[in-house]
Amino acid sequence: MGTITDKQGVQRYIVDLMVNGDPHTVVIKGNTLLVNVLRDELDLTGTKKGCETGDCGSCTILLDGKPVDACLVLAAEADGCEITTIEGVAQHGELDRLQKSFLDNAAVQCGYCSPGMIMSAKALLTRNPNPSEHEVRKAIGGNLCRCTGYVNIVKAVLAVAEEEAR
Amino acid sequence: MSGTETQNYAVIGKSVPKIDGRDKITGAARYTADLKFPNMLFGKILTSPHAHARILSIDTSEAEKIPGVKAVVTHKDAPTLKYGISPARWDENIFCIDTVKFVGDKVAAVACIDEETCYKALAAIKVEYEVLPAVLDPLRARDEDQPQIHPEFERNINAEIHQDFGDIEEAFRAAHYVRTDTFVGNRTYQTPIEPHTATSMWDGDKLTVYSSTQSPHYFQYYIAREFGLPMGNVRVLKTYVGGGFGGKLEPTGLEFGGAVLAKITGRPVKMFYDRAEMFAHNRGRHRQYMTLTTGVDEKGKILGVHADFIMDGGAYTSLGIATAYYAGAMLTLTYEFDHFRFDMFRVYTNLPACGAQRGHGAPQPRYAFEAHLDNIAKHLGIDPMDIRILNARRPNTVTPNEFAVNSCEMKACLEQARVLSGWDEKKGKLPKGRGIGVATGSFVTGAGYPIYRTDLPHAAAMIKVGEDGTSATLYTGAVDIGQGSDTILCQMAAEAMGYTYEQMKIVAADTETTPHDFGAYASRQTLMSGAAVKQAGEEVKKQLLEVAAEELDFPVSDLDVRSGVVFSPADPNVTMPFADVARRHFVTRGPLVGKGSYTPPKLGGTFKGAPVGTSPAYSFAAQVSEVQIDEETGEVTVLDVWDVHDCGTVINPSLLHAQVHGALFMGMGESIWEEVKFDDKGRILNPNLSEYRLPTALDMPRIHSSLVDSYEPAGPWGVKEVGEGATLPTMGCLRNAIFDAMGVSVNSLPLGYEKVWRALKDKREEAGSQKAG
Repeated sequence: MGTITDKQGVQRYIVDLMVNGDPHTVVIKGNTLLVNVLRDELDLTGTKKGCETGDCGSCTILLDGKPVDACLVLAAEADGCEITTIEGVAQHGELDRLQKSFLDNAAVQCGYCSPGMIMSAKALLTRNPNPSEHEVRKAIGGNLCRCTGYVNIVKAVLAVAEEEAR
Repeated sequence: MSGTETQNYAVIGKSVPKIDGRDKITGAARYTADLKFPNMLFGKILTSPHAHARILSIDTSEAEKIPGVKAVVTHKDAPTLKYGISPARWDENIFCIDTVKFVGDKVAAVACIDEETCYKALAAIKVEYEVLPAVLDPLRARDEDQPQIHPEFERNINAEIHQDFGDIEEAFRAAHYVRTDTFVGNRTYQTPIEPHTATSMWDGDKLTVYSSTQSPHYFQYYIAREFGLPMGNVRVLKTYVGGGFGGKLEPTGLEFGGAVLAKITGRPVKMFYDRAEMFAHNRGRHRQYMTLTTGVDEKGKILGVHADFIMDGGAYTSLGIATAYYAGAMLTLTYEFDHFRFDMFRVYTNLPACGAQRGHGAPQPRYAFEAHLDNIAKHLGIDPMDIRILNARRPNTVTPNEFAVNSCEMKACLEQARVLSGWDEKKGKLPKGRGIGVATGSFVTGAGYPIYRTDLPHAAAMIKVGEDGTSATLYTGAVDIGQGSDTILCQMAAEAMGYTYEQMKIVAADTETTPHDFGAYASRQTLMSGAAVKQAGEEVKKQLLEVAAEELDFPVSDLDVRSGVVFSPADPNVTMPFADVARRHFVTRGPLVGKGSYTPPKLGGTFKGAPVGTSPAYSFAAQVSEVQIDEETGEVTVLDVWDVHDCGTVINPSLLHAQVHGALFMGMGESIWEEVKFDDKGRILNPNLSEYRLPTALDMPRIHSSLVDSYEPAGPWGVKEVGEGATLPTMGCLRNAIFDAMGVSVNSLPLGYEKVWRALKDKREEAGSQKAG
């Protein structure tokens, strides 16, 4: 990871990110959070900020396939990593089956937690295509939703798993 | 009635997908914080570290020297007119002038080139305070020795209510049994997942504010008033809103302070709260001390109720006058009785201001009353379900405080909940540690009167059919904050027009482009905004059929339109696509536009406070919950909850049940975990989402949401509310289930594990000492 030092003596890092398959190079400070690079530098505002302390899960992304809170990751730590954000889930305008299931099961209300929820659920289904209800609840246990009581979200994730099992 | 009628509708009564669903699941939906404007600055507010202090001096000079700082403002740079959302008590300033009144009160603000510079600038502002004694205990706030928070409100009394209906003394004299219980409600916070954000910009004398708001109209009204602008020069609009639950109903320092900073810098300024600042701004549920006295006859029939309450309002009024009235007013709805007295003090304290949280004022008193009623039932040896069915309100009745109730299926809700939950098989027969409880709730379908006095209609709508007829756009001031109003209003528009939902577009909640509507609060939009939309749709239909009659050379009275096709019920050969007729309308007569508006009828009595709680219609609900208690730890596990709702005709079943899920979830959080806590300096101890404990997916029980048939004559197509109603029974229902499981009463919310454990311990010790004695 290359560095440059600005006129005030602050060191900047040259960070390479592969986001949703697109290569990006950004110049950031050591304290810059990944969530802010995604939102402010790359304009990928689908990744939401709800708390900035890793409690709400709204900023969940996949970092090398693992679900993480992007507000708890320094952008510099993500150098060379592959990142998937909610914008990278649908392919060529075609919704992912998980996204379809969220629509079909009325799992979306205000929608603010939805991107994070979908990323956590996607990570679960990738590592465990046939989860139990408890496993689904555990996988989204770090994603807070204030609208749905999680009822239809859990239903939506399980519906995908059931479809998979058939 | 609704069941069969629904079959005849083409668009309503169907679970169509949300109109904004795709945007929300692909990340395309832009919320206020996602918006960027050229040359935009970032703004933050400096808040008070003290609960009560005199401001001696503010020195902004060091902050102003920091590169990237574009403006630093205090009360000297801002209008000093006091504002608030309740016109009876305007008591807030954009920035504090003489004293700060809670930890988090607004002192100054900065606008900078980026967020990081904002924090540097805030740290460089020097404020000299003289710390004053603070009022932190609402029960002591009225005492002579307590400091005055607002000089004009003696003994820190923000509101005092005394209402008397019937003859409560006589009711108690005539009663077989009179009982008094006291309960305490907890201070909770709405906690929308989207933090508040507002971006303000000026174009000459015109101010535009993008805000995460539940009511562009009230924001526009109060911002215009504060800055001395005609309302036409203030545009307030929202993009997507990430939940509100009452917390985004009034303008904040973000709108007012942002407008000041944007004016001074001449640039757009984006202001935002972080999570801790949201907790400090608050406006959540009041802490409330509730003493109830009820007299019943030997069968358990309620004769009269006296509610004697004190609520902690915090440092400002917010919407709290209405909250205070609602707390008593809504107690009369689910059960019939003739005699009612309500006494209330809402007091000021040096804590964050409280306001309207889902169920506005009603859920805690409902918890108290439902717990109180179970105590009465136990004393009389009556099944809690039976005492509720005995007292259940009937349709076409009037409450002692003069609310006219039209449709009301309270009894049917209880009876259905009894069957679905297996109440009779379970009550008194469950294994140790397992319990079942029941409670009811009722809520307004829109407030009968707006927040400030005005003769404006409560809702208005406009529909413009596209020139070639292949789409139609609904313009409405109604505000979708996640509950799905954009979707159901489009369904209603399509139904009224004889069109299809899939062809509907919507422009909503923008004071400049959409017709007036008071916004998303008091569960008002399905009925009130819906009535305006229905009227607009019918106006389109009427014009369309007139053109169709000409085109088809057929009498207009024999034509109808449904699902985008004009037809004649009399002659199957007469048919013409809606789009073709609409196009002909545009060619021959100009734009095809329909408009509608809604004003509720005059409602309620003439006594002081009579308007609060009036509504064209009331929803009713019964809940039964089954819990498992761990005797060792006091841990409460909610296993199942059955909610049975009377909410009139259903426009979108999926979205309706989703409202029940969410309302119930919120009630459950408040019942067991949620509480904003303070230290002895008035600082919030848990202003974050790890220590302010929202229920997670792992905490939720199985939820069974079902409906009873009902039709509300005051609502378009027979609709009434659902969004807040399901929050009401939950707290009392869970308390009663714990009472049933363990025989202990937890008399304060939240019914946390420790409280349950302590109640069990006390019970054991009492039993032990009786045995020993």
